[in-house]
Amino acid sequence: MAPPTSPRADLGPPAPRDAGDDAAGLGRGRAAAFVAPALVLIAVFLVFPALWTLYLGTTDYRLTGIAASDPKFVGADNYGDVLGDGDFHRSLWLTLQFVVGSAVLGQTVLGFAIAWVMRDRRGLLRRLVEGLVLLAWILPGSVIAFLWIALLDRDGGTLNALLGTPGTAWLLDHPMACIVVFNIWRGTAFSMMLYGAAIGNVPPSHLETARLAGASTWQTLRDAVLPRIRGHVLTSLLLVSLWTFNDFTPFLITAGGPDGRSEIMSVYVYRTALGDGRLGFGAAISLIMILINLVIALLYLRALRDRSRKAAVA
Amino acid sequence: MNETVREVLRRIGLATFVSAVLGFFSLPLLWLAFAPFDADPGISASLPEFTLHNFQLLMDNPYALASLRNSVLLAVGTAALVVTAAALAAYALSRVRVPGRDALLYVLLLLSSIITGTAAMVPIFLLAFNLHLVDSRLGVILVLTGGLLPAAIFLLKDFTDATPTSYEEAARVFGASPLQILRHVVVPVIRPGLATVTVWTVAQVWGDFLMPFLLLRDPDKAPASVIMYTFYTEGGQPDLPLISTFSLLYSLPVVLMYLFVSRRYGFRFHGGIKR
Repeated sequence: MAPPTSPRADLGPPAPRDAGDDAAGLGRGRAAAFVAPALVLIAVFLVFPALWTLYLGTTDYRLTGIAASDPKFVGADNYGDVLGDGDFHRSLWLTLQFVVGSAVLGQTVLGFAIAWVMRDRRGLLRRLVEGLVLLAWILPGSVIAFLWIALLDRDGGTLNALLGTPGTAWLLDHPMACIVVFNIWRGTAFSMMLYGAAIGNVPPSHLETARLAGASTWQTLRDAVLPRIRGHVLTSLLLVSLWTFNDFTPFLITAGGPDGRSEIMSVYVYRTALGDGRLGFGAAISLIMILINLVIALLYLRALRDRSRKAAVA
Repeated sequence: MNETVREVLRRIGLATFVSAVLGFFSLPLLWLAFAPFDADPGISASLPEFTLHNFQLLMDNPYALASLRNSVLLAVGTAALVVTAAALAAYALSRVRVPGRDALLYVLLLLSSIITGTAAMVPIFLLAFNLHLVDSRLGVILVLTGGLLPAAIFLLKDFTDATPTSYEEAARVFGASPLQILRHVVVPVIRPGLATVTVWTVAQVWGDFLMPFLLLRDPDKAPASVIMYTFYTEGGQPDLPLISTFSLLYSLPVVLMYLFVSRRYGFRFHGGIKR
């Protein structure tokens, strides 16, 4: 595309007040034209859908039938229906288990433990451990999902062969535990890298002092390490919670089943809106999810600000 | 004495923990390493009876290679759009004083992390439906671009802010037009930033399942993530030789990209916005 020309940019040197700023002589007009495509794309495909949800959630929009072509305004009915829906309550509870169990506890504790154990190791073992943990994180979700289905398979799965428990249908008997463990496996890499970097910033002299004073590992962690990384803990907890809350990969493993026993929020919204075709109802859930995301993101930004303020004081 | 016992116990504990971690993280991956080369792959991981015949089966499957091509189309299309739009916007925001630009970026970044594909799947689906972008690759590309752009602009603006303006000023003294300066001075200087954003975008799109699953209907247009899912959810017994080789081929580019990036730039993928 040809950006509209700005007279000032074309006619020699700009006014002096812009000299240090607009080094290539772009000018306001061209600058606006440069920003416009990105802003339009963001406005149409990111911001508009979110605002539109406000309206869609108040209609009886459906995927098929009369309400598909001519949706009616139903006010707050959808919100009342969602909040009164037993499946929604179950989904909320399962999501809480999923986020707290896999992200807040699982990934964080395991990631920190690996980072701590590997802190002063170099060489092959460290590369192997980090490589495997990272591989779990970077491989495509649908490949990983099948690997876990194969691992947990009732008849010939590797886990049953290893434990000597043939015929145990893990995904049917313990679907929630399966996706929680799966997500710990999938996402530990982030916590491992983050805490690895944070531990690396703890002055070695502090650790050395703790060692000479005969402090136990637990005491060292509590008194020398934790105070130094506290800011990172809160921000990373919020970040992994946000990601885990929005994760759709469990759908690829259990599809919410059996009987909705692993139907976390992301799967619930898919099932009601696109599976059952109740788009208005689904839009109401979408808005609730966006609001939950907003709360987590605002807490995150606040924690980030507190951290940088403390860093500025220190 | 007591010290020695404690030290020994500590070492045993450490070794147990490290072995458990290695076991936990490698166990699901074993199947991916062995099954593709096994003459008769089962669902459990076992040392293979070596063969490359499974890859022949992969070549013969009508959907497998076509879906990888679709993944490439989506990834390249999105990356081209994201990098171009983000570079233009980031440069202008970095060099030209626009009131409230920091607040704008901040808000956009916040929006992109809360309006995720999962949370907003209903309005995104309806938007694509009303714009006649359902079952269109362009629709998927546009939706993904909208979500990735804020972070890409943010990254590139950071990068541009860190480069001195003296090259641009010098070029200007010699009478280069603004667009010439952009092409011949700015682009080469921020090239590492452009490469970073490209790799990041390709990685995000390559693994993405939800958007193509939501927006594409025709299996001929489906990318590898969706075809992989249909391989094991549709039609009776899963075809293990096909699934295993396909998984390997589909995973390989991500691993190569990761190795390339960590070698070349010495940094790691950061999570960014997962959609």
